[in-house]
Amino acid sequence: MNAEPNTYAKTPLTAWIEGIGFLAPGLPDWPTARAVFDQKIPLTVAPSVLPVPSILPPAERRRASRVVKLALAIGLEAAAHAEADVSTLATVFSASGADGHNCHALCEQLASDDRQISPTRFHNSVHNAAAGYWGIATKSMAPCQVICAHDASFGAGLLDALGQVVIDQQSTLFIAYDSEYPEPLFSQRSIPDCAGVALLLTPEKTARSLACIRVSPTAAAATRLLSAELETLRTAIPALRSLPLLYQLARGESATVCLDYLAPMQLSVVIELC
Amino acid sequence: MTPLLLSSYTATTSLGHGLEATLDALRNGRSGLQPCAFESVELNTWIGEVAAVDAQKLPKSLNRYDCRNNRLAQLGLEADGFADSVRAAVTRYGKSRVGVFLGTSTAGILQTELAYRRRDPATGALPADFFYRTTHNFFSLSEFTRDYFALEGPAIAISTACSSSAKVFAVAARQLACGMIDAAIVGGVDSLCLTTLYGFASLQLTSAAPCKPYDASRDGISVGEGAAFALLERAPAQPESGSVLLLGTGESSDAYHMSSPHPEGLGANMAMQAALRSAHLNPTDIDYLNLHGTATPANDAAEGKAVAAVFGDRVACSSTKGATGHTLGAAGAVEAIICALALSHDFLPGSPHTENLDPSIPLQYLLQSRSGRIRHALTNSFGFGGSNCSLVLGVAQ
Repeated sequence: MNAEPNTYAKTPLTAWIEGIGFLAPGLPDWPTARAVFDQKIPLTVAPSVLPVPSILPPAERRRASRVVKLALAIGLEAAAHAEADVSTLATVFSASGADGHNCHALCEQLASDDRQISPTRFHNSVHNAAAGYWGIATKSMAPCQVICAHDASFGAGLLDALGQVVIDQQSTLFIAYDSEYPEPLFSQRSIPDCAGVALLLTPEKTARSLACIRVSPTAAAATRLLSAELETLRTAIPALRSLPLLYQLARGESATVCLDYLAPMQLSVVIELC
Repeated sequence: MTPLLLSSYTATTSLGHGLEATLDALRNGRSGLQPCAFESVELNTWIGEVAAVDAQKLPKSLNRYDCRNNRLAQLGLEADGFADSVRAAVTRYGKSRVGVFLGTSTAGILQTELAYRRRDPATGALPADFFYRTTHNFFSLSEFTRDYFALEGPAIAISTACSSSAKVFAVAARQLACGMIDAAIVGGVDSLCLTTLYGFASLQLTSAAPCKPYDASRDGISVGEGAAFALLERAPAQPESGSVLLLGTGESSDAYHMSSPHPEGLGANMAMQAALRSAHLNPTDIDYLNLHGTATPANDAAEGKAVAAVFGDRVACSSTKGATGHTLGAAGAVEAIICALALSHDFLPGSPHTENLDPSIPLQYLLQSRSGRIRHALTNSFGFGGSNCSLVLGVAQ
């Protein structure tokens, strides 16, 4: 066949942000993070605080791990911020790993003489566990994508979320999050704590739109943060590679930032505040 | 969606390496299942193990990726000239214009399971020859494949348990539609490991006999492993006769339970309807349906209800998991390639090991393979967490 790539127009990866959810060490929610980024209050780094997922039925609430609590907290915060109906939203979950504590417990038991692992541990080991709990909690039967790209997970998830917004013309809740491993895996993968960001992305501008983003590949270096503490968080936790974008959203400034994706491919994000 | 061309494709499972062995086994009703003798596993179950996986040697420069999952990936990539087709596409489009979209449920977790047996007795540390990023992490398969072809474009791993490598087709189709890339390596690789073998056993979902999808006495799955890949490109206006096209994708969530399907198959129904809509086709246009058909009592009952609700009993269907075993995160891609073979070789696969169909499931279920012309095929993949995906494939006339 004769492919003719040059005849295909490139569709800009454009979406409007209607809601933001955020959780990181010392930054329990988006309003706090916004105030810190806007230098209204100082950053006090402290262990991440994960809210109890009261939206889950009791059986699932008991089985919900840290990573499930994290994903639910930021997803619900972004949806509430946008006043969106979670039961209809398509979702894209992206995480650099699954539940590290559960994984450690499974590997430890499978290396022992008693390999009879618990069924709950097994079904919680899948990468889409948080997405499954989200579905049970929100009763959303909409499409749900679950992505991993190691350190590039935020960029990978953003690309598919924008694909759904642009191509399928549907509002999509993008939830990027990471959790820690205990030792001995921590020495191999030293994510210090739980953190994540959720963005409700829509194909059209509405009265609730906060900003428009336009994403394209670039070879430029990632935008760095002036605060040493925030720059440490950006590089330590894959979901927080998004911080340059969130920093501009918090400060209410239109700008172009570059986010780390997968070397040598980086993502340029043009942000226009509404 | 706009149809996409599968310009090259391949599958490696317990049926054999590549398309010819797969086709021969499917046509003749041969199964790759054998009693489990994997590693040190002591379980009374059958598995679909791929031959000679551990004989694969990765290129020296990619040694850090060495694990069973990436050995199986390489074995799969080198079958049927698939790797050469990828290299030709890279020459055609450029190394940043070919994306990688691969599904896996456990990647190289076996490497970590083995490393945990070799922890330092004093410190508990993992051995120095263990590399988390390039073996254990879900992305290791996609990153290995990206580096194998020295690509510089987007790469993504999808991990939604047993629907993973069906959903990659939807993700890649969107990136092609956006113009982000000009070709996509899609597919899935999952390899045998203790987590899935003991895990499915803990849920009492493994059978002590070869799995019997849709049989009245079915009692569980046979875990398998596999590697299946397709190269997706935009289709020309007049695709060459006999070439296979991706026509539609449909996704849904059960929002019901972590490890049991919705009892009425509601999510499955929605995924099939969405795939038909995406392909601009009606249920009567589908000539063959490759079922998820894991052979657990609950899956086949729920899927059977969903298929009957959408198609009635007029569409010929079968699960091929009695042949390959359940290849988990690779199943979506393996079964898409089986549909591609059925479409391009005019046959409908049967269902080895299934003998007495469940009379409570009113489907036109194929026990034996038979020849027949099919224009459109639909394949189902469902996973833990209630993740559903259906694909529609067609053949150019």
